[in-house]
Amino acid sequence: MQSSPESSIDTFPKYLVRNSDVYASRAAMRHKNYGVWQSWTWAELFEEIRAYSIGLQLIGVKAGDKVAIVGSNRPRLYWTFAAAQALGAVPVPVYAESVAEEMEFVLEHADVQFAVCQDQEQVDKVLSMTDRLPALQHLLYDEHRGLREYSHDKLHSIAGLQEQGRAALADNAELATQWLQGIEAGQGNELCVMLYTSGTTGRPKGVMLSYDNLLLSSLNGNAFDKLDHTEEIIAYLPLAWVGDHVFSYGQFLTAGYCVCCPESGETIDIDRREIAPTYFFAPPRVFESLLTTITVRMEDAGKVKKAMYKYYMAVAERCGEKILNGQSVDLVDKIKYTLGNLFIYGPLRNQLGMSRIKVGYTAGEAIGPEIFSFYRSLGINLKQLYGQTEASVYITAQPDGEIYPDTVGKPSIDVELLLADDGEVLYRSPGVFMGYYKNEEATSSTKTADGWVHTGDAGFIDDDGHLHIIDRAKDVGKLLDGSMFPPKYIENKLKFFPSIQEVVAFGDQRDYATVMINIDLTSVSNWAERNNIAYASYQELSSHPQVYAMIREHVDQVNRDLSEEPRMAGAQIKRFLVLHKELDADDGELTRTQKVRRSFIAERYIPLIEGLYDGSSERFISTEVVFEDGRRGEISATVRIEEMEIYGASELRESA
Amino acid sequence: MNYGTKMASGIEPGAELLRIENISLSFGGVKALTDVSFDIQRGEVRAIIGPNGAGKSSMLNVINGFYHPQVGEVWYCGEKRKGIKPHQIAHQGIARTFQNIALFKGMSTLDNIMTGRSTHMSANMLSQAIWRGAAEKEEIKNRRYVEEIIDFLEIQSIRKTPVGRLPYGLQKRVELGRALAAEPVLLLLDEPMAGMNVEEKEDMSRFILDVQSEFGTTIAIIEHDMGVVMDISDRLVVLDYGKKIGDGTPEEIRNNQAVIDAYLGVPHE
Repeated sequence: MQSSPESSIDTFPKYLVRNSDVYASRAAMRHKNYGVWQSWTWAELFEEIRAYSIGLQLIGVKAGDKVAIVGSNRPRLYWTFAAAQALGAVPVPVYAESVAEEMEFVLEHADVQFAVCQDQEQVDKVLSMTDRLPALQHLLYDEHRGLREYSHDKLHSIAGLQEQGRAALADNAELATQWLQGIEAGQGNELCVMLYTSGTTGRPKGVMLSYDNLLLSSLNGNAFDKLDHTEEIIAYLPLAWVGDHVFSYGQFLTAGYCVCCPESGETIDIDRREIAPTYFFAPPRVFESLLTTITVRMEDAGKVKKAMYKYYMAVAERCGEKILNGQSVDLVDKIKYTLGNLFIYGPLRNQLGMSRIKVGYTAGEAIGPEIFSFYRSLGINLKQLYGQTEASVYITAQPDGEIYPDTVGKPSIDVELLLADDGEVLYRSPGVFMGYYKNEEATSSTKTADGWVHTGDAGFIDDDGHLHIIDRAKDVGKLLDGSMFPPKYIENKLKFFPSIQEVVAFGDQRDYATVMINIDLTSVSNWAERNNIAYASYQELSSHPQVYAMIREHVDQVNRDLSEEPRMAGAQIKRFLVLHKELDADDGELTRTQKVRRSFIAERYIPLIEGLYDGSSERFISTEVVFEDGRRGEISATVRIEEMEIYGASELRESA
Repeated sequence: MNYGTKMASGIEPGAELLRIENISLSFGGVKALTDVSFDIQRGEVRAIIGPNGAGKSSMLNVINGFYHPQVGEVWYCGEKRKGIKPHQIAHQGIARTFQNIALFKGMSTLDNIMTGRSTHMSANMLSQAIWRGAAEKEEIKNRRYVEEIIDFLEIQSIRKTPVGRLPYGLQKRVELGRALAAEPVLLLLDEPMAGMNVEEKEDMSRFILDVQSEFGTTIAIIEHDMGVVMDISDRLVVLDYGKKIGDGTPEEIRNNQAVIDAYLGVPHE
């Protein structure tokens, strides 16, 4: 089978069949359960998925049906993709932590007939909306706990279905052959999966991707980073996110590597340390919080350790990246770096679970240059990538040796880029989606007739051919005096400080720029502890005068930075406030992928925004909050607003 | 199966598992319990409530054999209890948690829960020391059971953390884990939710109900939070100044005038 040309394998189930043959005895998947890593080889995985798939057939899953997948990174949920696809059905992964209302919209819009849930919590959520989901026929679950007393007419355990599938296979010798024939009949241009975009604006849209889209993107991704069947990755990002779908499913099947599922959401750091993945993907948030943890723990370390850490991190900062990029370095520095590797970098990489990383990616948002350099100087090959669900991830990526913190890299294999007159980035590639499900209007406004897709992001291409992303095209605004106002650019500059978790900037069609800031609880609470600052709640800590003073310094630093850039000097921050509550996806303030929903926040916090512009020094605000179980409550506070100093571009040059 | 589960094997859910008959307990001149009688049925959640100093904890200590009442009888699994030591009670399938956490602070979560399996270990000291054959098999079996409990209580992330470093709510959960590890027939919980915030209480209530439905464990619980008690228990006993002043379903207790006067003040709507 190995000799057959790759192109004849044009669906994921066909890759499963191939892998079960070519990599039969290699580990395909691991899952930490009961404290032990349990694994399946490709041959075993094939058998499990076949039994599951036959089980699905028995309850009536057929070609064209939509199968929702609700839950976290568990093996059986990943198997659902292949088991459904083998029958020609279309999997629709859904963000598990969505509140019932959001989930209902997706399940209803996608016309799902079957829903596969992780546990009782998700089953309850789906059951609560069955009245409004007339198409829904059966519910499946992975974990039986708490579900014993439920009526099992239309509720099945995955393991139970697999048993039925196995029994049916044993009874009927023909069944296995028929099942394989079904897979053979599948074609590359068919609908493979529907992924709902998180929707920073408006309702989520169902992005339809074909096998060709995902297979070619995955194969190109493998080729770009030379990934093969020896890789091991840890699957921990939401299943419904295109990134996870490509890394933990598309590339998993095409490269034939091993995917490891963590024990639970809280154990990821421990599990990653045990697995030491060779290929790693994380949004900047993860890298930020890891760095915050390291910094916080080093602050509490003994004197000797602290001094060593400080000394060798300075060495790494000076020459670490150069060594990683293969540039020449001073011999003394080289020796120092080698020592540092022995004492600090090696153990630190090991602690982070990154000792075997071949390539790591960050994407989704801009990453702070200091954070990015920190990991690279430790010898971790971290790179940036720019992608979208509509592109099956890859649009641009940084090739090895051409890593710059402020770019997102060069066009990926088979991707063409185009810049519109207003600076918007457009692309065309084999990964370009088929269209939005039941939304012709959105499809035609995003995808042109000749296959170009509007990213909605404004950017430019530099002399080296690298793409820079400035902001969402429609978010870049103008202050009343005509100077440019790029909100995300300002927000990111502030977010690079460890004590700041989230920022929302305002200024479009206004006199000056202002920001609302969320403190980072981990970092600030540790700082408070070390400085003997007592507080009882997030609200109290966020409004503490000393916290304000610290944030003020950060804002001041950003203003200085901005004043040095001619195009941005006008967008310096005139006034700021620290929010009394954390922005939360449950309250609709963030998307499920943790992006700020600007317009929603602008509406919700009208009194605060008024306060930012009417010169008042404090404002009262009361907002409704939604708890995870759907109950509502109210949080109110008086939030202080502070004024900042604005630097003239020239004034600073004089003082320097 | 240990001795306790064997003892209780003939008792159907809903039948009487434990009966307290006319118990009186005093410490010198102080009367802690006066003529208290009630029963606990197999498979139910039975709450013991009452104001401070009503004798709730004393009652629990009588049930698990730590206190010996001067007057009255305790019937367990249809047998009248005679002078018996607490560790023998543990062998009969009664496990408990404590009001003020009694864990081994320096030991990990895993090791703490493992100690709860001691009634299930029978290999002799020599084979334990060499750790071959029976002892090894036994340890693997017990570890597996402990891992199931860790999974059940969702405490995988603190498996190897010394319990002294854990926040209070989690320590309470570990203590529950240790009690569960004994595979008890009757589980006694002494204020499992004291000092917890609303969210932690909700979690703990969920776990208690799950223990009842998944393992079929009978649970006797002392708790101060009336909202929680009324929600999760099948029947309640109300004590006041060492005397029983009420016994029945949450609905009956809510409408019991003596209880309202003594404790609740006003009926909850």
